[in-house]
Amino acid sequence: MVEWTDFERATIQSIFSKMDYDDVGPAVLSRCLVVYPWTQRYFGNFGNLYNAAAIQGNPMVAAHGKTVLHGLDRAVKNMDDIKATYEELSVLHSEKLHVDPDNFRLLADCLTIVVAARMGVDFTADVQGAFQKFLAVVVSSLGRQYH
Amino acid sequence: MSLSAKEKVIVKDFFAKVSSRSDEIGAEALARLIVVYPQTKSYFAHWKDLSPNGAPVRKHGITVMGGVYEAVSKIDDLAGGLLTLSELHAFMLRVDPVNFKILSHCILVVLSMLFAEEFTPQIHVAVDKFLALVALALSEKYR
Repeated sequence: MVEWTDFERATIQSIFSKMDYDDVGPAVLSRCLVVYPWTQRYFGNFGNLYNAAAIQGNPMVAAHGKTVLHGLDRAVKNMDDIKATYEELSVLHSEKLHVDPDNFRLLADCLTIVVAARMGVDFTADVQGAFQKFLAVVVSSLGRQYH
Repeated sequence: MSLSAKEKVIVKDFFAKVSSRSDEIGAEALARLIVVYPQTKSYFAHWKDLSPNGAPVRKHGITVMGGVYEAVSKIDDLAGGLLTLSELHAFMLRVDPVNFKILSHCILVVLSMLFAEEFTPQIHVAVDKFLALVALALSEKYR
């Protein structure tokens, strides 16, 4: 059972309520595909991923980035039971999508970096700590149903 | 994973561009390290003041960033160029190499925070690779 301080709860709610999902979603996924190119293995049918410019301009990447980010909403709304919230999604990623769970960590790191860029100096060390703790719980929950 | 000639240019250019704020980058990165990854404080138990904005942390962040810039100047031979630093970390400081990765992440976050426009995905991947190679060079003398 994860314990959240008031600061952590408030920080997570604040970051996501102010987030422009249509901007951040595509930015995060495209950055992940550029910085960790092996992650492209899951997107064989997305068309042109041949270079950074192509990835960043790819509409399927943009759309999927938004989908993934909206998927985080459920954890934001259910911070006290993220494990149960993501049980089905975890099974999906393991049994159907066959995604190596290390990729969740890679995407989380990219999200941290994009949010840092958007927030600038407001992304203090304490805010980063809260944000990374939240993402660590998400990553752990998504990896839980892998056997 | 090695740096291509193009990536070396990207890394050198980017670090040259942000060099005027290198002290700030170093201090911020180290502050984040000890706040976000409290286990890293175990290496600094001998400091009286472990507050993220205190003098010891800021000063050490500047020292560490100086090391990163030294690595940039030796980008064509990191293992050879960072031999002394590797010996320091291996035999004297005995920092568990897993922490190099954690600090690299903190440096990337700070670069993204302070240089949002410039820190594009292309620059991000080159710098990430560079920092990973620096970590590898620092680990050379460990065993």
